Amino acid sequence: MRKIIKAGLCHVMLTAFLFLLIPLGGCHGSAGLPEFRIPESFDTSRSFELSFWAKNDTNRSQVNIYKKAISDFESIYPNIKVNLRLYTDYGKIYNDVITNISTGTTPNICITYPDHIASYITGSNVVAPLEGLMDDPRYGLGGAEVRFDAPKRSELVEKFMDECVVSGMQYGVPFMRSTEACYINKTMVESMGYRIPESLTWDFIWEVSDAAMEKDENGLFKVNGQNVMIPFMYKSTDNMMIQMLKQKGAGYSDSEGNILLFNDDTKELLCSIVPHVVNGAFSTFKTTGYPGNFLNAGQCIFAIDSTAGATWMGSGAGHQDIAEERIVDFETVVMPIPQFDSENPQMISQGPSICVFNKSDAQEVLASWLFTQYLLTNDVQIAYSQTEGYIPVTKKAIESDKYRDYLTRAGEDSELYYRVKIDAVRMLLDNIDNTFITPVWNGSTSLRDAAGNLIESTVKSVRRKETVNDAYFEKLYSDTASLYRLGQNRADTASGKKELGALPGAAVTLLAALAAAWIVIGAYAAIRAARERRR
Amino acid sequence: MKRILAIMLVAVMALAAFSACSGETKNNGDEDKKGEGVMTHAEYIAAEKDAAVVIETYVQAKQSWWEDKATLYTQDKDGAYFIYNASCSQELYDKLVAGTKIKVTGFKGEYSGEIEIAEGATIEIEEAEPYLAPAFDATALFGTDELEKHMNEFFTVKDAVVEAIGQDDDGNDLAFFYNYNNSGEDGNDLYFKVKIGENSFTFTVESYLCDNTTEVYNAVKNLKVGDVIDVEGFLYWYEGANPHVTSVVVK
Repeated sequence: MRKIIKAGLCHVMLTAFLFLLIPLGGCHGSAGLPEFRIPESFDTSRSFELSFWAKNDTNRSQVNIYKKAISDFESIYPNIKVNLRLYTDYGKIYNDVITNISTGTTPNICITYPDHIASYITGSNVVAPLEGLMDDPRYGLGGAEVRFDAPKRSELVEKFMDECVVSGMQYGVPFMRSTEACYINKTMVESMGYRIPESLTWDFIWEVSDAAMEKDENGLFKVNGQNVMIPFMYKSTDNMMIQMLKQKGAGYSDSEGNILLFNDDTKELLCSIVPHVVNGAFSTFKTTGYPGNFLNAGQCIFAIDSTAGATWMGSGAGHQDIAEERIVDFETVVMPIPQFDSENPQMISQGPSICVFNKSDAQEVLASWLFTQYLLTNDVQIAYSQTEGYIPVTKKAIESDKYRDYLTRAGEDSELYYRVKIDAVRMLLDNIDNTFITPVWNGSTSLRDAAGNLIESTVKSVRRKETVNDAYFEKLYSDTASLYRLGQNRADTASGKKELGALPGAAVTLLAALAAAWIVIGAYAAIRAARERRR
Repeated sequence: MKRILAIMLVAVMALAAFSACSGETKNNGDEDKKGEGVMTHAEYIAAEKDAAVVIETYVQAKQSWWEDKATLYTQDKDGAYFIYNASCSQELYDKLVAGTKIKVTGFKGEYSGEIEIAEGATIEIEEAEPYLAPAFDATALFGTDELEKHMNEFFTVKDAVVEAIGQDDDGNDLAFFYNYNNSGEDGNDLYFKVKIGENSFTFTVESYLCDNTTEVYNAVKNLKVGDVIDVEGFLYWYEGANPHVTSVVVK
């Protein structure tokens, strides 16, 4: 678990550095790629070998689903071989893709986030636009020449498709979708004399959380009789800040890449969290540990995590990260995240998408697209979504008998039909229209990290009894903008107007080596020219 | 030139891996004398979470360094201190060989049960005789509340019996996993289960501490269910004892 944080921190720094490399990458290797044009027909007389980079949530079932999908696809298209490369972190896929853009060795297909695609497309013709491919009558979605039962365009959830539109173009297709959920220890809430409301609000969560801090004469928390109680824990503070701002109608960023995060509403939200950190009622994954562990040990009442983490939530969860004797028996209720305005609920839409990379051989791109379509078939969509609290991205899968049957069987076991997981999935299905995404542009990943950092830093400072006032927030804004290399707008970032600090040692070495190479080449040319003159 | 650089790099890496995973111990025999304003280990343990702390300790092993952040296993004669992501230049990190005395200024933290000096602490090297803690025998303490008092210390366990940590797709017992659920591959952390007395525990080869080129990594990859082993490592904590092992010897 701890490595997730390490990877995250590494990712922050790498993202910032690699971000600078993309324009350089565009000058080498990929710069020569022609604009992708759909071939007249798919050449089945040729063999194609595709590389597919995917992430598994350290979940073997997901790996097996990918392997089966590849095997099934290869039996349908014997002239296409797909090589799977697995990652446990989207950040690593992103870093590797960026590195490979510069050498013209990107994979053919990868599982990624739209934020990341926005960075990829800053290289020239690096990513294949899918608009034409999707609508092609022969090889498009459900096209006449496609050899399997692919969904038609009208059978994809439109809202999720829109999330993969970057700079006005369809540069990816969704693969799976999730949102965040609040996993509640209902037994504990009711033992305190509260009833869970129909719509969860921030006020309710703060009120119950503060009340749960009461201790008995022995210094133990009354609510659980233990010496540990953190009633409200949040896994992703990036999402916490983004969703709070959205619910408040406050600024975060816009589609032009203008950064609106560092505003008074943000400060107000941070201030609203402070008293609950002071009394110990709120903490985060990065500060204290995995919320699900505390929930399952009866040391947390409201744990907010992705629906994709549902199989770890609740005392009956098939996945546990704590010793069996520490698990407390309680009833888990899954609800949408808390809202400021219950009449107008807002929750983030997240989840992996699929990106097809452009290649000099249009036939190879077409082969990649066919495999991409295969990942949208019911077999793959339903099987993968069942591994965690994901939902399929096609109406064809969601409305299928097989999937409907799955939803009705909640609670039959603690694995495939684990009730909390299926409740989380149902919650998202009921709220697709209430989901939103943040604008994606080259650098939006850094802004997301910065949003989380504001909460993490405030929590840390409060716990360390630092003074948190206007001056503190002013400095926090400035430090965060600098750490994540955020200017006031995208233009500033892209043009490098901001002070970027000292170059990493490796970069200095590389630049020095390049300079030395040019000096040697120059000297050699000069000597040769002199010799020529002498002759 | 490239060859010389490569040889130097390999030599530095080999030295680092050896110092972390050799499990060699020695004791300089002197009592620890704390400088002014420096806490004793008992005072450090008694300090509240998130309190400012200043300690003097000795590097026992280095887990990782990235972008000026170092994670270290350290110990003095009274107890151990795990230092997570301290601010540390590469130059300083290179000087932190096993045994080096350091002064650490930071905040006390707790992450999933692990008591540590939280991210962002500062490190200064102090002149002193090097000290490597001897491995204390924790065999009788596994399964008792007493074990937690030795959190992060260099320890040894004798005659532990390797148990199956799970099964492969064909139902065959496995002696170790790549990652906690066998989702990984060579180079990832290794997890294996041992029985000590009446209780079973999961031990880890932390790949940042001991990668797949080390003896311990390969020893664990060759374990068989039923093997009787002696183990050394650091008594790391994650939701309970989760030792990071540095040596495994099959008997």
